[in-house]
Amino acid sequence: MTGMESHSVIRAERLGKRYVIGHEVNREGYRSFREVLSRAARNVTRRSFDLVRGRAIVAGDQTEDYWALRNVDFDVMEGEVVGILGRNGAGKSTLLKILSRITDPSEGTVRINGRVSSLLEVGTGFHPELSGRENIYLNGAILGMTRREIRSKFDAIVDFSGVETFLDTPVKRYSSGMSVRLAFAVAAHLEPEILIVDEVLAVGDAEFQRKCIGKMGEVARGGRTVLFVSHNMTALRALCDRGIVLKAGSVRFDGTIDDAIALHLADTDGGFGTVSEWTWAPGREPHGTGLAISRVALTGSKSKGPAFRSDEAITVTIEYEQTAQIRGLRMICQIVTGNGDVAFSSTDQLVRTASSQRPGRYRTQCLIPPDILNWTPYLVRVACGIPGQHTVVPLTDVGRFHVHGPTNATAPLGGAVAPRTEWRIEALDGQGAGARTAVTLEG
Amino acid sequence: MSDTSPPQPKPRVLVLEPGRADRHYWRDIWAYRELFAILAWRDVAIRYKQTVIGIIWAVMRPFLTMVVFTVVFGQLAQLPSEGSAPYPVMVFAGMLPWYLFAAILGDASNSLVANTNLVGKVYFPRLIIPSSTAVVALIDFAVSLIVLAAIMLWFAFLPSPRILLLPVFVALAVLASLGPAYLITALNVKYRDFRFLIPFILQFGLFLSPVGFSSSIIPDQWRLLYSLNPMVGVIDGFRWCILGGDSAIYWPGFALSLIVVVVFLWLGIRYFRKTERTFADLL
Repeated sequence: MTGMESHSVIRAERLGKRYVIGHEVNREGYRSFREVLSRAARNVTRRSFDLVRGRAIVAGDQTEDYWALRNVDFDVMEGEVVGILGRNGAGKSTLLKILSRITDPSEGTVRINGRVSSLLEVGTGFHPELSGRENIYLNGAILGMTRREIRSKFDAIVDFSGVETFLDTPVKRYSSGMSVRLAFAVAAHLEPEILIVDEVLAVGDAEFQRKCIGKMGEVARGGRTVLFVSHNMTALRALCDRGIVLKAGSVRFDGTIDDAIALHLADTDGGFGTVSEWTWAPGREPHGTGLAISRVALTGSKSKGPAFRSDEAITVTIEYEQTAQIRGLRMICQIVTGNGDVAFSSTDQLVRTASSQRPGRYRTQCLIPPDILNWTPYLVRVACGIPGQHTVVPLTDVGRFHVHGPTNATAPLGGAVAPRTEWRIEALDGQGAGARTAVTLEG
Repeated sequence: MSDTSPPQPKPRVLVLEPGRADRHYWRDIWAYRELFAILAWRDVAIRYKQTVIGIIWAVMRPFLTMVVFTVVFGQLAQLPSEGSAPYPVMVFAGMLPWYLFAAILGDASNSLVANTNLVGKVYFPRLIIPSSTAVVALIDFAVSLIVLAAIMLWFAFLPSPRILLLPVFVALAVLASLGPAYLITALNVKYRDFRFLIPFILQFGLFLSPVGFSSSIIPDQWRLLYSLNPMVGVIDGFRWCILGGDSAIYWPGFALSLIVVVVFLWLGIRYFRKTERTFADLL
């Protein structure tokens, strides 16, 4: 990374990607031929009608261009590890898809100098009917490895995944943790010159995530160029030197990773926030298969948000609409500090019952007890999924709120949280001092 | 991610631009040949792991259809066979390429939609996906070939040395299937109801093509027109190989069928390549 003669390996110039949305294309993105025919017929009759009446002929059904990316310029030097940040819908995934050649840009150019491997998902193409061994070859080939490459790394892959004993068992009998480990193990043994990684660390348990971050750090230090999208600020800060913040399809900031993270966090929902209730335009709400989150709100037991007192309880309300039966679903609420570290995550798993699997509209609430949060700005995120299986709605930044300390308090001490703790002070030379509690920090 | 990577070919600068036809497309297909092999192997492995019934059905369907056609066309309608070949052998020799065609068309047209997760997450020349389904169809074809051998044995009918040329006609049958298959595959991504066309094509095609009867019964003045159906050339070719001796090919018609095959292949690949860059956005 340093001291090396470096040259540009990715150069994007005036990059843009346009999607057509509107009536012509339905929400799934494809049309039916029958629909096209009937629409054509309808247009012809309407236009001839308009023509007869002498009315101006307007262009067919209204369509709307939506620029997922516009005028994006950046250069990535050989060996750089670049984090890409931005809210959901800022264009991160579109950018990665263009760089991975999955989709074409609508304007501008990208020049790529080197062998690219992209990891936009862990376990792409895994087939449940095939055994672990077979899936290693399948997934490896899909990620662009040759059979010889896979064979030479086979033992290392198996070793990293820790599923030796189940190699000949169909993957459908694996626990979800096992298949994620196996999938990441294959990906970890890719040897591209340029590695493009999307939010793949969002899966697996904490220990495995640490292992993954360690492996990615190894790659980064090995002099490879890495582009990395994540909501995990700790991982971004640990791995990247540089950060690019995307906002509404264009580059908002390009500089050091620390500045990028600070800006991204401050940017989420416009600075410190003036609202404590968030809703989305139809079609733009955080959603996944069979579920869409319609509203998130924060309410304090003593004050209205978005500024709360540290000694009041805060309720996080999440409302969502479920259109399909989802077994084992849980909602997750995550509180993130101003530095981007996760203060804690919480789930409604314990209060889930069989009846809450059924389609319908639901409200789930999380009560954060008083004297837990530190006197700092926070960000609330939501997500939902089936524990250990799959994500339905990926982690979504919702908005920011602030917690104030008691009015007579000094400046906050450091820490992601500041739970009420109990301290006792005693003089050891004989004169007893009573117990006394104070709010302090806990790392 | 160790440092003992095998020497990679010197990377070329890759330029991504709107509407840029990739000049290295065919080289890319060659570079991704292992992916082709592994996808084909996956489909075969899954088919043989999951459904024994499916395989039995793949064999029984042409066999039962052969029995029906022999009764209806051979016995009831008293249509002539080709040369000295028993009617069932003649029908089955035509049935083989027809079911190969039907399998490729059916599997390929749904293949991209079935592999949505791949198309949205990794790059590779998309032509690989429908093409790899042809391998599964060829495996079923090989099984049917054994059934043909059994039928020929039953009728004590010896094939001519021309049967050595059969691989050429198998290749022709695959090409004749892939052309329309690419076209429908690509259209099916954009218009999801296109696959409903396939049962129609196959149902009409089974009777419009000389499967249950010999193409020699078509009046001479119509034979050239009849050969516009590319499967006519393919089926005639199969019979010429398998039945040998008295089975003759109507060469002008065969040449015309060949041209139609090439035209469809060209059209299919062209349309597929034109639209494949939007697949990820549509799927």
